[in-house]
Amino acid sequence: MNLTLKIWRQKGPQDKGRMVEYKVTDISEHMSFLEMMDVLNESLVAKDEEPIAFDHDCREGICGMCSLQINGEAHGPDRGITTCQLHMRMFKDGDTIYIEPFRANAFPVIKDLVVDRMAFERIQQAGGYISVNTSGNTQDANSIPISKHNADLSMDAASCIGCGACVASCKNSSAMLFVAAKVSQFALLPQGKVEAKDRVKNMVMQMDLEGFGNCTNTGACEIECPKGISIENIARLNREYLAATI
Amino acid sequence: MTTLNSRIPEGPIKDKWTLYKDKINLVNPANKRNIDIIVIGTGLAGGSAAATLAELGYSVKAFAYQDSPRRAHSIAAQGGINASKNYMGDGDSNYRLFYDTVKGGDYRSREANVYRLAEVSGNIIDQCVAQGVPFARDYGGLLDNRSFGGVLVSRTFYAKGQTGQQLLLGAYSAMNRQIARGKIEMFNRHEMLDVVKIDGKARGIIARDLITGEIERHSAHAVVIATGGYGNVYFLSTNAMGSNATAAWKIHKKGAFFANPCFTQIHPTCIPRSGDYQSKLTLMSESLRNDGRIWVPAKIEDAQAIQQKKLKPIQIAEENRDYFLERRYPAFGNLVPRDVASRAAKERCDAGFGVNATGEAVYLDFAAAIKRYGTEQAKIHGINNASTEKITELGAAVIEEKYGNLFQMYEKIIDENPYKTPMMIYPATHYTMGGVWVDYNLMTTVPGLYCIGEANFSDHGANRLGASALMQGLADGYFVLPYTIGDYLADDIRTGKIKIDSPEFDEAEKSVKDQLNFFINNKGTHTVDYYHKRLGQVMWDKVGMARNEKGLKEAITEIQEIREDFWKNVKVPGSLNEFNQELEKAGRVADFLELGELFAKDALEREESCGGHFREEHITDDGEAKRDDANFAYVAAWEYTGKPSEAILHKEQLEFKDIELKTRSYK
Repeated sequence: MNLTLKIWRQKGPQDKGRMVEYKVTDISEHMSFLEMMDVLNESLVAKDEEPIAFDHDCREGICGMCSLQINGEAHGPDRGITTCQLHMRMFKDGDTIYIEPFRANAFPVIKDLVVDRMAFERIQQAGGYISVNTSGNTQDANSIPISKHNADLSMDAASCIGCGACVASCKNSSAMLFVAAKVSQFALLPQGKVEAKDRVKNMVMQMDLEGFGNCTNTGACEIECPKGISIENIARLNREYLAATI
Repeated sequence: MTTLNSRIPEGPIKDKWTLYKDKINLVNPANKRNIDIIVIGTGLAGGSAAATLAELGYSVKAFAYQDSPRRAHSIAAQGGINASKNYMGDGDSNYRLFYDTVKGGDYRSREANVYRLAEVSGNIIDQCVAQGVPFARDYGGLLDNRSFGGVLVSRTFYAKGQTGQQLLLGAYSAMNRQIARGKIEMFNRHEMLDVVKIDGKARGIIARDLITGEIERHSAHAVVIATGGYGNVYFLSTNAMGSNATAAWKIHKKGAFFANPCFTQIHPTCIPRSGDYQSKLTLMSESLRNDGRIWVPAKIEDAQAIQQKKLKPIQIAEENRDYFLERRYPAFGNLVPRDVASRAAKERCDAGFGVNATGEAVYLDFAAAIKRYGTEQAKIHGINNASTEKITELGAAVIEEKYGNLFQMYEKIIDENPYKTPMMIYPATHYTMGGVWVDYNLMTTVPGLYCIGEANFSDHGANRLGASALMQGLADGYFVLPYTIGDYLADDIRTGKIKIDSPEFDEAEKSVKDQLNFFINNKGTHTVDYYHKRLGQVMWDKVGMARNEKGLKEAITEIQEIREDFWKNVKVPGSLNEFNQELEKAGRVADFLELGELFAKDALEREESCGGHFREEHITDDGEAKRDDANFAYVAAWEYTGKPSEAILHKEQLEFKDIELKTRSYK
């Protein structure tokens, strides 16, 4: 198939940036979206033009490195997948595809489609852990039974890949789903209860400091989340936060 | 000349690690904060090591090429992690885990290291649970286990199909705690481009800030390499796009021996390639072989009709199918180890029986399992005379519960419904057992330079068993290195900060900058990927699943030619001082072009078949791998001398005192 691509180009954080049009031809429907981008980049290098910078690594939907706002949707038109798992069969010959970086004040553009997600790192550093040393001299793993129900819910929350699609999809650029996923993972486990109050307060405080917006329960994050993290986690985060602050 | 000393402690195998730890030198807590350690790579091995070293009190600098430690490719491991907890009461023990790992590795690993791995495996599970890793549990609230290939017990702990992700996030959270306390200084989007040696010891690195392009000097009293394997030497593999061998190769060029590069795991169940544009291959978990049956058409005309899309697999009658693993290995059937399954699939495809347009695919069929489970479910639900449709529906539901996420992944990539038509699979490069040579302390042949996780060679011999990579990464990082490194650093408590303005740093920085400048100024004609793909093709065709003398010699010559061409005609756009992904790739491919040659040389030198290394000249009468213990029960550790072709071979003889050397048989 032949496609028209309108891609965000931005030299660096200071550059204003603009959409630039490219044509790609003979794209196979079996290609992944990023393989289509590879083909474009190879052709740009061949023409002595600068290739388009975009983040990607595992290309199997788990590392969370890839991003991209495709036709206005984080990770593109399909559901339950990341951009690297999107295939060109979702498009048709003659389509025009708009490709932009994840947009949020807290995610400044580094170059072209690459954004800086260090804000997420700092939120995790503020409390996304259980304070045990890694000596291995803890109690036996089976000494605390955990109900299967809670363990499964905890696992569902823990499957967040930290890609930032929730922020990019939210009209307020809120990071609530991301923070809620980590807070929930630990809130659902006895190991995490010991410092649950400090954790939720510290992580929320850092989230606010980073300039993410507030949550107005529009639910866009849940729909665009490639791992299907439930918005129920945000309710749990609010509950935890309230309990910690009163 | 450096000689190999594996520093295996004395004493019975069960007591070696304990006795050794009792006598090892320690560093006083007050001194630890004056000692700097650099950790390169933040996957399971590097992340767990960085966190633990920081907890102990050392000042740690950690480096990752991605934007966060959480992105390391350990995250993609699906199946599980082994530990000899014996929670199932099925007779597991440290010895049994040790034995299975040595046997699975076709008797080419070091006994003492493997026993230690088994010994600390239980601690890993305790540790991870304490950190909040949400492992799967049963209804009683206790941890669940499942079974993996090549063993007779259930010892695999798992978190859905995302065990690697959860374990990595555990290590990442431990790192974050130390980053917040200032004990780890984290350098995201940084790549190590060389190690700096002063007076023969590793004392620092040269790194490039991948955002600004700035070249930085970092000093330390010890350097730890935890950068994973070199599977991307094949271009196509299940590794991440950025996974590379640069750190491992740079230290090799500075004196660290590189061991057994030809031991590479080709995983049997990956989604086949579909075209020249393909950028990577996707794994389908080994667990699928519990229920899937692998087959190709028995008649060549059927195979050809399928290749031309004139026939569908479900149209081939049962008697015209060749379940070749069940035919060749009746005892283990579809659950033979990975190396055996991969070779059998290749043999059928080479004979013309492949089932897609390229002829490089076999079927993994769940129809029988769906029928079996469906019948069982009908009985459980008291449905008499259930229709075929009802049975299929009930059976498909069971399969979905067990493997739903994998089936969905497959459908997204191939656009076929694997519940209705068999999956197509083909072997792909997955893991590298070979790597940097290390002694019992995990130190390389360069003092103060350590190598852990997949990047080293020590624990998996010639073939790794499923669910053992995660175990090794975390064992090295949480429980082994933090002890052994103290023994070396105890001599450094009076050294003081290592200065970065020494001639050694000047020289290393200059050579790094020279290479980067060369790439930018070369203005050649071909892209980096062009060369990487050419290298990958040679590696796959001639140094892949089956190797022979003629092919390996050709590969060495061809790789040399590609390398020569690369250094003349490679084209790298952009400039030095910016975010430049093509420039990053260029340096990595330059190193793969040298590593590939050593790989082929090692494969040529090892005149036997063992594990993942299959030499066509060394097979039994029925076509199986034929090991030669009399002549090749050694680790091949290569010393760099200026050219990969002129590397010098050092042999570490492997001694098997606690396990009898036997032929592996899965018939």
